[in-house]
Amino acid sequence: MSTSFYVGALELTTGAVLVCAVMTLWRRQVRAIVTMLRFQGIALAFVAGVLAWHERDLGLAITAALVLGVKGALVPWLLRRVIRLDPKSRETAPLINVPASLVSAAFLIVVSYVVSSKLTALAPSTASRLVPIGVATVLVGYFMLVTRRRSVSQIVGLLLVDNGIALVTFLLTAGVPLIVELGATLDVLLVVVVLQVHVLNAGARHGSFDLDKMRELHD
Amino acid sequence: MTHVGPPLGYAIIASIIQVALVGLGGPLLMGLMAKVRARAEGRVGAPIHQPLRDLRKLMGKEGLRAHHSSAVLAVAPLVVLGSTTLAVAISPLVTTHPFLSASADLFVIVYLLLMGSVTMALAGLDTGTAFGGMGSSRAITIGALAEPALLVAVIALSIQARTSNLPAIVADTIAHPVWTSTPTRLLALVALVIVVIAETGRLPVDNPNTHLELTMIHEAMTLEYAGSDLGLVTLGAAMRLGLLFALLVNLFVPWGVATGSSILGLLAAVVFLALKTSLLAVVVSLIEVHSAKLRLFRVPELLAGGFVLAVLAVVTQLATR
Repeated sequence: MSTSFYVGALELTTGAVLVCAVMTLWRRQVRAIVTMLRFQGIALAFVAGVLAWHERDLGLAITAALVLGVKGALVPWLLRRVIRLDPKSRETAPLINVPASLVSAAFLIVVSYVVSSKLTALAPSTASRLVPIGVATVLVGYFMLVTRRRSVSQIVGLLLVDNGIALVTFLLTAGVPLIVELGATLDVLLVVVVLQVHVLNAGARHGSFDLDKMRELHD
Repeated sequence: MTHVGPPLGYAIIASIIQVALVGLGGPLLMGLMAKVRARAEGRVGAPIHQPLRDLRKLMGKEGLRAHHSSAVLAVAPLVVLGSTTLAVAISPLVTTHPFLSASADLFVIVYLLLMGSVTMALAGLDTGTAFGGMGSSRAITIGALAEPALLVAVIALSIQARTSNLPAIVADTIAHPVWTSTPTRLLALVALVIVVIAETGRLPVDNPNTHLELTMIHEAMTLEYAGSDLGLVTLGAAMRLGLLFALLVNLFVPWGVATGSSILGLLAAVVFLALKTSLLAVVVSLIEVHSAKLRLFRVPELLAGGFVLAVLAVVTQLATR
């Protein structure tokens, strides 16, 4: 693979991860938000794939396939099952409205660029120059986690954070050992399954997926 | 600019060609978009040169103005047309060396366009009718949200080319074809398409064919115009559309723009520009057919999205520099 193609492909796939993160803030329909998350998982797998090709690293290639399977297919499928119970689910009243959250996202992106410029200066390379994009994805994920009311969007926020962290890991270290990556990915899967059970349970008991309506704990 | 440009006479001829091209081509683009829309809806539609006929008809009519209107109403069409013509003359449309190209800075072009919008808004307020004021307030609201996105998106391109001079950006893009497929370009392109749709008042932001008082924006401001004044305002709006479309295609697909100083190159550039803008017009028109007008309160969401994409373009450019 030629260097310019490698640089172009890496920039394009990394950019796609962040664009998907912003799109999750832009769309209101929960179904569309999950679709964006799926595209982001696929883009993330492609980042790992491009890096694996460039480094000729088999472990990273397996990680890429794993990411594609779990984050690009399995997790969105699980989330879709939750949505199916509440098909018209929309993010009707986020705590911060859509234009304001998009502007906040722009602010977070600038912050992440300023903050991580010192980090990238330590070891300048094609991959590490893109680290601000990963940090921005993490921050956008936290923002979504804090400001959205629907439980599915909050799970998506959590997964955005996880995808951002994975992106930073890929870009800085060209992948941690396979066993660690395997553990982390399965962890995420487990979290999604637990949250899914919790959400379905809450939906069955209270007839609502709005987490703000749950004010007290019962034993 | 480091390289020596072509002779002054060539630059002046090129600028005259640009003004003539946009003056004729703007209305034709509007006609083309109306035609595509009509065909997509299963109608035959008016011929493509219908807007030119309308303009000729309007120009031959007496211009009537309301009794209580001030000089603003009379001057506004001239200001709109003049500022747009100047922007057209110095922009890189058929050549990268138009007249006064050294001053065709990104901010100059954006503020020339802004001058036209602000004058139109003042003219809408001038007669004191309810619709005019409503249209002005809406137009300014949308303009205030679209201008930052426009500036930031073009700034992303100017960081790449290391100059804010639009002709130089186009020339540098021709010199570096790889730039056209970078993530910065793609993000800036999406942002600019959103902004251009908002600025030219097309669907889903504004419906150019409506006279329904709840939804119209640009039409509401021009309600008080008649005859030759209306002709000038319409021509100004058409030229603005032509200029924005031409700038959009030239910034992202600059091939065909004359870089040397041959007359043949200019003629080829005219043909290329006409083809590229027509293609863009057809695409925008087809998007329009398939989209409903957004509620006014949802428009800020769309424009905020455009703004974020523009910021993303700048950040990716800074990160990957």
